[in-house]
Amino acid sequence: MKSAVIVFPGSNCDRDAAVALERITGNAPHMVWHKDTDLPEVDLVVLPGGFSFGDYLRSGAMSASSPIMAAVKAHADAGRYLVGICNGFQVLTEAHLLPGALMRNAGLNFVCRTVPLIVANDETAFTRGYKKDSIIKVPVAHHDGNYFADDATLEMLEGEGRVVFRYGENPNGSLHDIAGIINKRGNVLGLMPHPERVVDPMLGGEDGVPFFSSVMEAV
Amino acid sequence: MTSTVEATKDTMSEITPEIVAEHGLTEDEYALIVKRLNREPNLTELGIFSVMWSEHCSYKSSRFWLAKLPTKGPQVIQGPGENAGVVDLGDGDAAVFKMESHNHPSFIEPYQGAATGVGGIMRDVFTMGARPVANMNALRFGAPEHAKTRHLVAGVVSGIGGYGNCMGVPTIGGETNFDPRYNGNILVNAMTVGLARTDKIFYSAAKGVGNPVVYVGSKTGRDGIHGATMASAEFDDDSDEKRPTVQVGDPFTEKLLLEACLELMNEDAIIAIQDMGAAGLTSSSVEMADKGGVGIKLDLDQVPQREESMTAYEMMLSESQERMLMVLQPGREDVARKIFEKWGLDFAIIGITTDTGHLTLSHGGEIVCDIPIAPLADDAPKYERPWVASKQQDVIEASEVKAPETLSSALECLMGTPDLCSRRWIWEQYDYTVMADTMQIPGGDAGVVRVHGTQKGLAVTTDVTPRYCEADPREGGMQAVAETWRNLTATGAKPLAITDCLNFGNPERPEIMGQFVGCIEGMAEACKALDYPVVSGNVSLYNETNGQGILPTPAIGGIGLIEDVSRMATLAFKDEGDVILLLGKTIGHLGQSLYQRHIDGDVKGAPPPVNLDKERKIGDFVRTLITNGTATAVHDVSDGGIAVAIAEMAMASGLGAKLATPSEVEAPHGFWFGEDQARYIVTVKCDDAHKVITHILEAGIKVNRLGLVGGNSLDIEGDAPISVEKLKATHEAWLPAYMSTN
Repeated sequence: MKSAVIVFPGSNCDRDAAVALERITGNAPHMVWHKDTDLPEVDLVVLPGGFSFGDYLRSGAMSASSPIMAAVKAHADAGRYLVGICNGFQVLTEAHLLPGALMRNAGLNFVCRTVPLIVANDETAFTRGYKKDSIIKVPVAHHDGNYFADDATLEMLEGEGRVVFRYGENPNGSLHDIAGIINKRGNVLGLMPHPERVVDPMLGGEDGVPFFSSVMEAV
Repeated sequence: MTSTVEATKDTMSEITPEIVAEHGLTEDEYALIVKRLNREPNLTELGIFSVMWSEHCSYKSSRFWLAKLPTKGPQVIQGPGENAGVVDLGDGDAAVFKMESHNHPSFIEPYQGAATGVGGIMRDVFTMGARPVANMNALRFGAPEHAKTRHLVAGVVSGIGGYGNCMGVPTIGGETNFDPRYNGNILVNAMTVGLARTDKIFYSAAKGVGNPVVYVGSKTGRDGIHGATMASAEFDDDSDEKRPTVQVGDPFTEKLLLEACLELMNEDAIIAIQDMGAAGLTSSSVEMADKGGVGIKLDLDQVPQREESMTAYEMMLSESQERMLMVLQPGREDVARKIFEKWGLDFAIIGITTDTGHLTLSHGGEIVCDIPIAPLADDAPKYERPWVASKQQDVIEASEVKAPETLSSALECLMGTPDLCSRRWIWEQYDYTVMADTMQIPGGDAGVVRVHGTQKGLAVTTDVTPRYCEADPREGGMQAVAETWRNLTATGAKPLAITDCLNFGNPERPEIMGQFVGCIEGMAEACKALDYPVVSGNVSLYNETNGQGILPTPAIGGIGLIEDVSRMATLAFKDEGDVILLLGKTIGHLGQSLYQRHIDGDVKGAPPPVNLDKERKIGDFVRTLITNGTATAVHDVSDGGIAVAIAEMAMASGLGAKLATPSEVEAPHGFWFGEDQARYIVTVKCDDAHKVITHILEAGIKVNRLGLVGGNSLDIEGDAPISVEKLKATHEAWLPAYMSTN
């Protein structure tokens, strides 16, 4: 599988994502600078975690208008896979590739914690390697992870099985305990937890491996 | 130089004794400036002298004593005197690290004070060519019931997180204490460890004449002017008015600066580089020129400015953050400019190195400063201040300290105190897993990160026990060094070197100077005995408010190397049936213990004595048990003694233990809660126990078989058992409850 990681100024999980992708897929991803306008031909694009543009406006708001985003949208429109992790999820909502918004955590503090995640849908390209309702342990590390959407959107997401991950113990006040959602077409997923940080048994588990290997098999 | 002097006369304002005093200079120091210059300085020059000669920048009260610390060893690549210390990790890898205080600003404006402290120490590390891979901190706050404490804790923790998290550098541990002696002066000591290649380390000496001096990073504003002078004075009731001297941090810009600097360091372009920290442009330019033995000429009109009409004085004394000064190879300016423009940062050629030996500044076409560099740097005043030794305290026998109703009730009480409760509320606000190399998260003996792409691990810890330092500065200094050595050893690491942050009160008071001298002597002795030199550090004096000084707090940051992270130890119990061993001799020393403080109610007496030969012998033995795979869990014994150490091992695993007090013990509370040094709890498989005990005894080390891992409670024979779950609930309760109270 070929992949690319977009590097925004202030991205800080770009290397972690690259290491995880190389470890699991065997191929190092292309690292693509946010000011570029062309995306190499790849199967998966990752918008990594971090504080792109310092999160000084709203998290992800500036990145959503970066030059590279037109190519990222085209990639998604062509049905290829796109995932946003943490700050990347915030970018996807700001870019309207996913509905809703990620607000300041209900507790107001940054929270770094390994949380139980429930796999709410195991039929997506990102989760076929998991079993529905199984509980995996994945770290969160964010200040703005409190998922919010209006009732109609929430109803739609639930009705269409588009809530993919739910917190077993909600760390941030997200509505419906939402940790990750997918678009209607099933190729664009955003999640706050960091699967790329749990792909090595020496570093607190391998519960993130199926996330990446599922996409590899779907390609 | 005639024209210069005349120009100086033109811009010279009358320097009155009041102006000299406002700059924190004594009459004698001012007289010395006039003598060195052979004339009166102008205001800009006076400002420059005042910051360079401030305690913060010149170490004028401490240099004499700091020279007594051992700084060399085969592992040391760079000792004190550079932006940070450097030690060899083998295979071409090097660790670059330093700890620094940001005490005064953090008290005045806790969020920005702590944030810029973290930003400053990270800059010190990446200036040398290292990518920061771990942050640590040592925090001291006033009594929990003091009106300001809660606000300060909230601000400092959120500031540390706000900066480090945005930079994407994991904060993997630290320590936090509360004591009324910090009511008016909190301590915020931040430490950063970075990784570099041994052949790619960058230094600050500006060698060569005619080379371009380049300014990169954020623009210069009027913030932080005289920050270094503030950090060299006591507080009084009006200290809140010093808020304008606190800088404002921008971690996003620093992240860009980090990436741009590391990118440029891959090109052959940099001769010297220095971050603009305390005393900003002044200290960076003077230090670079002084180390390189050259002069430096700056055109201040070229300095990127955030505000209009800034004077030379303001530009030279501003402590605006996220700025660097570099001397480039001539002809490489465009390579550098391109990289900084890519990252959206200012890049300006602001000067040139010269052969004059002078710092020469021009502004608006006029020379506004022309002073020889040597007196600013090397020739700064150096004081051997008078000191008196602290009074020796009596050793208190355990039998003199009242026994608890039950050992388990005392343990439960201790685990819920501000001194020993869980710091989870703090460290969950720090991203400790970013960079995906964190092998041990906060809450253990030391934080551990893997050296990226290798099997090696870097263990990092910070420690000091200020109440010991006050009771006996020499023993306290030794203990602080020894405890960090023990913390690193407990993970299986070989301790390599330390950085220090020496926080004390007003050195002009002989009893405070006596504490400083005693702590340094103790530290020096421990560093020598443990082959554990000091490679970097910082001194923070005048931590006093209205004449009341802080507890002497020489915070030590230690780093160690784990050759193979698959052979690393953690403190959590592993399996039911494992045998719990105590290595090291227990007398039951309760003087200055947390038991005394919380159960007996009165802290007094001598602190536990440190025996460095034993520290080394027992520590080296424990490390062997870890590297040969015999030890299943390891924890060092410190605050709260054996009972607390075992409770922490139990809580980390959820497993309990069946324990017995050794039959020869006369005062069980002394045995379980005494804080005797040089001790570890080690668990081993039941089948290995006999053989291991034999080996320990053969090595001439005292060992007690305390019991077995198992069940879900801590059960000391003859005492009331307590469930691990209950202990954990008590342990986790205090801090979140405290922070959520209004």
